[in-house]
Amino acid sequence: MGDKPSTRPRSGTGRTRRASKRDDEVALQGPTPDPEFVQLLSPDGERVDHPDYSVDFTDEEYRGLYRDLVIVRRLDLESTALQRQGHLAIWASLEGQEAAQIGSGRALRKQDMAFPTYREHGVLWCRGVDPTAPHGLFRGADHGDWDPSEHNFNLYTLVIGAQTLHAVGYAMGIGYDGKVGTDDGEAVIAYFGDGASSQGDVHEACVFAGVYHAPVVLFCQNNQYAISEPVERQTRTPIYQRAAGYGFPGVRVDGNDVLACYAVTRHALDAARHGQGPTLVEAYTYRMGPHTTTDDPTRYRNGSEVETWKQRDPIARVRTFLEKQKIADDAFFAAVDADADRITGRLREYVIDMPDPTPEMLFEHVYAEGSPLQDAERAWFRDYQASFAGEGH
Amino acid sequence: MTVRSYREALHDALRTELRRDESVFLLGEEIGRFEGSYKITAGLLDEFGPKRVRDTPIAEEGFTGAAVGAAMLGLRPVVEIMTINFSLLALDQIVNHAAKVYGMFGGQARVPMVIRTPGGGGQQLGATHSQNVELYYAFVPGMKVVAPSDPADAKALLLAAIRDDDPVLVLENLALYNTRGEVPDHDEPAPIGTARITRTGTDITLVAYSRMAAVALQVAERLAETDGIDAEVVDLRSLRPLDRDTVVASVRKTNCAVVLEDDWLTYGIGAEVAATISDGAFDWLDAPVRRVAMAEVPLPYAKPLETAALPSADDAIAAVRQTLDAVARRR
Ligand SMILES: Cc1ncc(C[n+]2csc(CCOP(=O)(O)OP(=O)(O)O)c2C)c(N)n1
Repeated sequence: MGDKPSTRPRSGTGRTRRASKRDDEVALQGPTPDPEFVQLLSPDGERVDHPDYSVDFTDEEYRGLYRDLVIVRRLDLESTALQRQGHLAIWASLEGQEAAQIGSGRALRKQDMAFPTYREHGVLWCRGVDPTAPHGLFRGADHGDWDPSEHNFNLYTLVIGAQTLHAVGYAMGIGYDGKVGTDDGEAVIAYFGDGASSQGDVHEACVFAGVYHAPVVLFCQNNQYAISEPVERQTRTPIYQRAAGYGFPGVRVDGNDVLACYAVTRHALDAARHGQGPTLVEAYTYRMGPHTTTDDPTRYRNGSEVETWKQRDPIARVRTFLEKQKIADDAFFAAVDADADRITGRLREYVIDMPDPTPEMLFEHVYAEGSPLQDAERAWFRDYQASFAGEGH
Repeated sequence: MTVRSYREALHDALRTELRRDESVFLLGEEIGRFEGSYKITAGLLDEFGPKRVRDTPIAEEGFTGAAVGAAMLGLRPVVEIMTINFSLLALDQIVNHAAKVYGMFGGQARVPMVIRTPGGGGQQLGATHSQNVELYYAFVPGMKVVAPSDPADAKALLLAAIRDDDPVLVLENLALYNTRGEVPDHDEPAPIGTARITRTGTDITLVAYSRMAAVALQVAERLAETDGIDAEVVDLRSLRPLDRDTVVASVRKTNCAVVLEDDWLTYGIGAEVAATISDGAFDWLDAPVRRVAMAEVPLPYAKPLETAALPSADDAIAAVRQTLDAVARRR
């Protein structure tokens, strides 16, 4: 996929048309107009030109992006269904954010490292992690089952914003190892949400990224909500404009446009790997579902807003584009659906059959070399369990 | 008396204070429109408006620090931190500022603020979301920490905390929110710094707070039934100040004690209670003080592991029997 490092884009992409709220109350409101952002594929499936960004995909690569988008959505819907049926304790859906995740995820080169939140199942897919791997976490069986260094994809972080500091530290480590400055250089991407943008950790991550000129892309998926709080509760300035204060470029991209997300992220990662420092990317998107399966979004947002965002669906526009440009035919779409059926079927079986861990695992992974305290507790626990033997426990 | 849940009792106390005192206001993440992650603030935004019930940005250090400043000006902020785990992001504001402004400023400014926050595991929320770190705050001079175990105390201690002129952390508990009990209809605060004997007995003293104080009562009832043991239960209610006299007096009567706590054993609250008993009732003790606490591991997600790690009524019963066996051997 278009592997040429590109020139540095100018920072920012214009002023927002979004009105900021003056009063204390952020009322339930209708959809706001589209803000200005980098867009390469309109919601109608038309290619749009941009002075700074472009993509040069082959037909096969376009089809590949479509396949990615469909499969991660189907996996997500299946996961929500599995939760509703009692097979998962909780699920954090990515529905609506597929383009932001596939675009940025596919923009990563093999040597790049990604630090996700808990919602980046699409990026996980792009990194070649088995899509069943996070489900142990959401079922409550394990902590997510993949090797972060094998896939260059860190484990999920649940404390809001913390992973942005880890990403910056990792990026500083890349500089320390001298792996910046060539086409083979490494770069890091840190995912975080609009809610997280308020955390001190994220601010400090930006400070360090700027001061140390770290090879990192700070990628904010502005999905408009932090649980129930709309983004107006977090900031009066568009998030990408904060970058100026830290001394690096910020770009806002149509987060529902997989081509633009790819182009902008690729640009930023290549700049980072070539020693040109960090970029803040704000992917402007929408969380179509609840925050997690434990909440009911109809309590805090209205249906017309959701309807408007449906019109901007990240997958429909790619399909329209592929059809209009005759890049894909019905047989292709049917094959993708069949693939998705197979992959989600496998997920379902995997989740339903997932064994519970044995209680003794409790004492593992406390210290790298184990410890006498945990050994003693384990021994005590064995005896204690044995004391119930025959009592029907 | 009215039967209320722990959740409703907390809500009632907030509503009472918002109505009684204009200087009281609430702030925190998701407390307004969403009515709080655990719905303690249900209906309060509608009733009192966004000036008194503030949804804040997702920034624990930010809103806790802002509350310190507001309190210094004489307001009475009541901060909700979604769970005690996220209070760790605000540790500096609580420990270095809320607890120290009064002293560092030579008594010129008080910090009459409240931090309400639930602790507790058992909800399958994983290691970073299931901790019992009230000790971090109970450790700090200048802070007060209360930990109600039933609806009546939830209301009375929250009322007391809001009316107090010092920073008070009110430790709630996820597993207690739905428990029910009789709550007085009046709005009398409970005195901060006094423990409560929730069951009188003669054979052994069980000392606990928060969820484990509720477990201790169940344990005492079961022991009475199955073993004919008459246990006394001391609910600490206040972790700082700690009511050492009530604990000591009980142990001087029963001559032995088991401490139940939801936190980790090493350096935990139970260690302080055991030291208190050693100081005040050493000559009365017929057996070493035992502590029942959580396994010393980060709490896992998996239900069977989580259940195994958390202290249970069965664990407590085993500890009581062992203690009384030791007493019998002694006598
Ligand atoms: C430090 C901290 N505070 C609060 C929470 C509770 N919490 C979990 S998700 C969330 C909202 C995060 O919103 P955002 O950053 O926009 O990401 P999104 O979930 O929308 O992807 C909050 C407040 C937490 N996990 N960690």
